[in-house]
Formats: sequence, C-alpha cells, structure tokens
Amino acid sequence: MFNAIKLFFKSNFYKISEINKRYSKPSIKITRPVRIALFCLRVYLLVLVGLLVYKFVTLL
Amino acid sequence: MNFIDSLYYKYRKAFKALKLFLILSGPGIIVMLADNDAGGITTYAATGSKYGYGLIWFLIILLPVAYYVQEMTVRLGAVTKHGHAEAIFSAFGPFWGWFSLVDLILTDWLTLVTEFIGMTAAMSIFHIPPIITIIVVIMIMGLMVWQGRYWTWEKISFLFCALNLIYIPCAFMVHPSVSSILNQGMIPHFPGGFNNEIFFFLMANIGTTIAPWMIFFQQSSVVDKGLQEKDIPWGKIDTLVGSAMTVIVAIFIVIVTGTVLNGINIESAAQAAQKLMGINNYVGTFVAIGLFDAGFLGAICISLASSWAFGEVFGWAHSLNRKVKEAPWFYFSYFFALVTAGAVVLIPGAPLVLITLFVQVIAVTLLPAALVFLILLLNDEKTMGKKYKNNLFQNITCTTIVAVIIVLSTLYGVSALFPNLFK
Repeated sequence: MFNAIKLFFKSNFYKISEINKRYSKPSIKITRPVRIALFCLRVYLLVLVGLLVYKFVTLL
Repeated sequence: MNFIDSLYYKYRKAFKALKLFLILSGPGIIVMLADNDAGGITTYAATGSKYGYGLIWFLIILLPVAYYVQEMTVRLGAVTKHGHAEAIFSAFGPFWGWFSLVDLILTDWLTLVTEFIGMTAAMSIFHIPPIITIIVVIMIMGLMVWQGRYWTWEKISFLFCALNLIYIPCAFMVHPSVSSILNQGMIPHFPGGFNNEIFFFLMANIGTTIAPWMIFFQQSSVVDKGLQEKDIPWGKIDTLVGSAMTVIVAIFIVIVTGTVLNGINIESAAQAAQKLMGINNYVGTFVAIGLFDAGFLGAICISLASSWAFGEVFGWAHSLNRKVKEAPWFYFSYFFALVTAGAVVLIPGAPLVLITLFVQVIAVTLLPAALVFLILLLNDEKTMGKKYKNNLFQNITCTTIVAVIIVLSTLYGVSALFPNLFK
C-alpha cells in the first residue's frame, strides 16, 4: 500500500515536470489584445487574492 | 399527388432531423439542467419568495447569456478535440494551466459538498438519514459509469434531467394568476426600486447561471461524445434547448414560491419545501424531490468535469467509453471527489455554511480566467481555423456578456467576503 502511494507520487512528480516541458511554449499567437487580457487577468487575481488575505488577517 | 409527395418528403426530412438531434444532443441539455443545481434552486426559490414574479424578466435575459457562453465550448471542443483544461495548458502554458486546474479541482470539490448538502437536506424531509442518502447517491453514480459507455451514462442522465422539470406541474398546482405573471413578471422593472438588496439578488441569479465547471464539463463532454465540426450546428441547438429549459425551470420555481411564499424570507430550498408542505403536501414533496434531483445532476457533472480535466492534463485514459479497468485513475478521481465530499457533510459540526460561502469566493477567481481564455481561444485562427473562430457579432455579444458576468460575479464573490458591502 505504502509502496503504491510512493510510486504514485514519484511517477506523478515526474509527470508534472514532463507536462511543464510539453506545454512550455504557449501555442496561442501572443498578439497585443492577448497580452493585455492576460495582464488584466493577473492584476484581477492579485487584487482578489489581496482581498482574501485582508479578510483572513482581519478575521484573526 | 405532388402535394402528398412533398408533404411525405417534408415529414421524413423533419423526422430524420429529429432523430439526428436526439442522437447528437446531450452535453448542452445536461450541463444546462445541471446548472439548476442545489444552490441554483435555493437562489430561484429565494428570489420568488422575496420579489414574487417581479424578476421573471431578468431570468429570461439569462437565456442568451447562458447560450452564448456555452456555445463557444461546443465549437472549441468539436474543432480542437481537447477539453478546456488541456486547451488552456496548450495555448497559455503551464502557469495558467496549473492555476486553472488546481482552482477547478478546488471549486468543483467545494461545490460538490454543497450538492450533497442539498441532497441530504431534501431527503431529510422524508426522514431519510444523510448517510443513507450519500451511500445510495454514490452507488447510483457508480452504476451509471460502470458500463463503460458514454451513451448509457448520457441517457440515464437524461432521465434525471427530465425529473428536473418537476417544478412545472408544481407551478400549475399552486394556481398562479397568469395576468399577474404577465403584468409583474414580463415588464422589466425592479420591485421596490433599485437598491442594494435587489442588486444582491441579481448578482446571485447571474452567479448561478454560469459556473466555471460548466465550461470545462461541456467542452470535455463534447470531446468524449465525439462531436465533429460538422455536428456543431446540432451542438448549438442542443445548447439552445438546454438554455431554454434551464430558464423555464427557473421561472417555474419563481412562480411556485412567488405564489405561495411571497413575502417570506427563504434561506434554503429545503426550507421552502418544508413550508410548502404545510400548505400543499404534494407541491412541497415535489419541490423536495426536485431539490434532490438538482443536487444529483450537479454532482454528476461536477465530479466528471474534474476527472476529465485531470485525465486530459496527466494523459490518463479519460473517457466514459472506457471501463474502470481501462481508465483506473479517471474513475478513481471521480469516486474520490464524491466520497470525500459526501464524508464532509457527515462530519458533525462541519462548517457547511462557511463552505457554501467559500464556494462563491473561489469560483470568482476561476470564472473570469476561464471566460477570458475561452474568448481568446475562439479568436485564435491557429486554434479554430477561419471557419469556426468568432465573427464580429459573436465577439461583440460574447465580450459584452463575459464583461457583465465578470463584474457581477466578482461583486457577488466580494459580497460573500464582506457581507455588509451591499446592505
């Protein structure tokens, strides 16, 4: 049982680095609108995570 | 004679088209009716009891909203033959890929817990203990996939979709005033004026119309069913029929609670069912059955959305056309999500209210990303080809819808974090 779990994580750790390698080059054409959209998405997520952290801190 | 010939020819053509539609339909109808999950039913029941028929017009507006978003997943799935998780990895690289996958798994699992909360609450009305409900649900869901045939799973899901229509006879049984529905419900207005409370209800209704798992589910389902580019028009009709059905069910729920429970504050659909039972036993029973079915449909789709996404990214066999032995990790992740989510509901004193609120917050971190990726992918000629990429009309419509959904669902999520913001 333990060996099976160990093997599962070992093989999947290898798999994760393989996935990262496989998809390392984005296939979509990075045009100006795409770049702007992805930038806005990053800002949006940062703000949202900031709000979550703020809520968590004020709850403590 | 010519007239009879042409009539016969037209009849045969229509019959053939209907037959083809019945073969190719499925993902759109299932995902849309599953959208009326336990949380959705609660939102509609609360909307009806709070504002009567006053917001029916708003639910009608949600039909094109749901259709245009989900229709894009049909095209993307049929053209790329990839699910949404794999498409994000491939198009945007590992950072956005892992972000979407981890967020999806977390959101799906939390939503799954809320579906079990709905199902156990509904069955508790019939004095069935939660543990029995959870075991039976997992067993039925196991039997649905055991055959190793997508077709079998889809047709059984259709039966549960049909049960979702139980709210329609319910509405007729409470004898609503048709003229009141037409006068109050069909003319756009805000009952009691536009205030923070009504804004919260509008956000909640939009929030239940499009959920992140729906995008992932329908695209993967289209791929697993094997729809081709030539089938896209049928996939669109399937999605349109599904969108219409989901809105019709939502309207009938509002009619039921708007007729019988108008002016009463409802906190859950199970509470509405219990109150309705006191007034009309059959209606209350039907609403409770409908709530169980809604949670069940949601659970079917959500657990599959996660398993498909995992399988696509990790390269495991990930099809309902494979038997358990042939796709062990696909089915393991399917059952693991179900069993753990069910177990959480059984833990005494588990923070179920907190989980329900947390779902809304986590979902808004994923929904905008999934929607933006969808629009970007549908505009990429390399991915979609000239024929199937978004045209100008689709871009204007879809971008407007996506922008409105992002703003409103974000405000809804933020209001879950800071409850006094809109009060």
